Amino acid sequence: MTSPQRPTPTPDDEAVEQEAARRSRRAFLTAGIASLAALGGWRWLVTRPTDDGALWPLRRVLDVNGKISKEFLSNADLAPVFPRSRAKAPRINGSLGLKSPLDTAAWRLQVQGMRADGPAPVRTFSLADIQALPRVEMTTELKCIEGWSVVVNWAGARFSDFVTRYQLASAADLAPYVHLVTPDQKYYVGLDMQSALHPQTLLCYEMNGQPLTLEHGAPLRLVTPLKYGIKHIKRIGSIAFTRQRPADYWAQRGYDWYSGL
Amino acid sequence: MKKLLEKHPLAIRWFHWINFPVLAIMMWSGLLIYWANDVYRIGWGDTTLLKFFPKSFYEALHVPFQLAKGMAWHFVVMWLFVLNGVAYVLYTLFSGEWRYLVPGRHALREAWQVVMHDLGIRKAPLPVRKYNAAQQLAYSAVVLMGVGSALTGFAIYKPTELAGLTTLLGGYEWARAEHFILTLGYALFFVVHVAQVIRAGWNNFRSMIAGFELVDAPTPSSKPTRP
Repeated sequence: MTSPQRPTPTPDDEAVEQEAARRSRRAFLTAGIASLAALGGWRWLVTRPTDDGALWPLRRVLDVNGKISKEFLSNADLAPVFPRSRAKAPRINGSLGLKSPLDTAAWRLQVQGMRADGPAPVRTFSLADIQALPRVEMTTELKCIEGWSVVVNWAGARFSDFVTRYQLASAADLAPYVHLVTPDQKYYVGLDMQSALHPQTLLCYEMNGQPLTLEHGAPLRLVTPLKYGIKHIKRIGSIAFTRQRPADYWAQRGYDWYSGL
Repeated sequence: MKKLLEKHPLAIRWFHWINFPVLAIMMWSGLLIYWANDVYRIGWGDTTLLKFFPKSFYEALHVPFQLAKGMAWHFVVMWLFVLNGVAYVLYTLFSGEWRYLVPGRHALREAWQVVMHDLGIRKAPLPVRKYNAAQQLAYSAVVLMGVGSALTGFAIYKPTELAGLTTLLGGYEWARAEHFILTLGYALFFVVHVAQVIRAGWNNFRSMIAGFELVDAPTPSSKPTRP
């Protein structure tokens, strides 16, 4: 009985096989160690304490992202504007800070400016004071952080005109931040001064040709296509110019403080 | 006679295996973000053939109510995805590896032959080289998809600061849809890729870890002499 002839391995073949086994061992060992290191890195990351609802290493990177974004932001960066005919009513989303009753006639805006020697005394403004500033109308796309967007026509005063006209912050480096709070202090937003002074950032009192309704932020709200909707605070009660980065409602709940678009 | 054939350079193996968990985290965190406004579907009028995504899918993957977490991860790990991708493309360009990857003039016809072969319809053997045309098309496409994901991603991340890019891609809502479709593309690529790797066997898989393939080479005596 003869078995079918198979090529007998030559000494060369054995050497090659040994070399293959040696290289495989080394490569799989490296792969194993790298996988364990990656897994260890992941374990470390997900067990870090949180900073305002976000794992602190992630929070650090988000803040750096915000700095990079701010570094490149200029007043020449304008959000696209759309024909007035494309404007729609945005959905009613978020009633935080709007639940207490509002007497529109009695409403006043409290503003604390910043001077070289420190915070200025609080000043009070009526809606007429805001409406006395040049009226600016723009049709821009409102972007909710949830992911939907809608084109809306807004009218109001430029935030920068408000600051300049009433000399609320003598220089941006004195007060790099702005804090905006609802009258009941249940909702609050922090803004960087560059974004606040951008020509498309408005203290808004009209939407789609009508005075703001209560659920859309009457009598005065912020509108800025530089930020997600979460920063478009409705029913502003007070504004303060600050040296420290102010608290922000959603940033305390895991979202990016800067939230810039 | 056997010999070791060098197949994947060390750098490419690292880029490949770094990209795997990085892209996985991007897709997972992207899903957490998408959930908050999950409007895409396949269908027309009131008829929906496939909704992205069914409730059971979200629940199986623990997706609901994690928008903030999804955004935090997405906007951190995106840097790794971009850096690794840029390093890979630069390496491929400067090492000359791109020559194996970029489809040739007859790629479409050959790729069709490969598909017919893999489905068992065409029996003739395939040309033997590092990547056949179907692989070239698939691997080149997935690199371009990576570029597309980065561009559409930045277009929806900074639609005001990068308004030109966003407008070029058809506006904010289109860019978001494009970003989503590319992600579906990765999922599809992954399924076919893993199936093909399993089919191709151990020697091929090992080459993505250890770099070489063990091949039967003609013995020196039987080697044809070239003029």
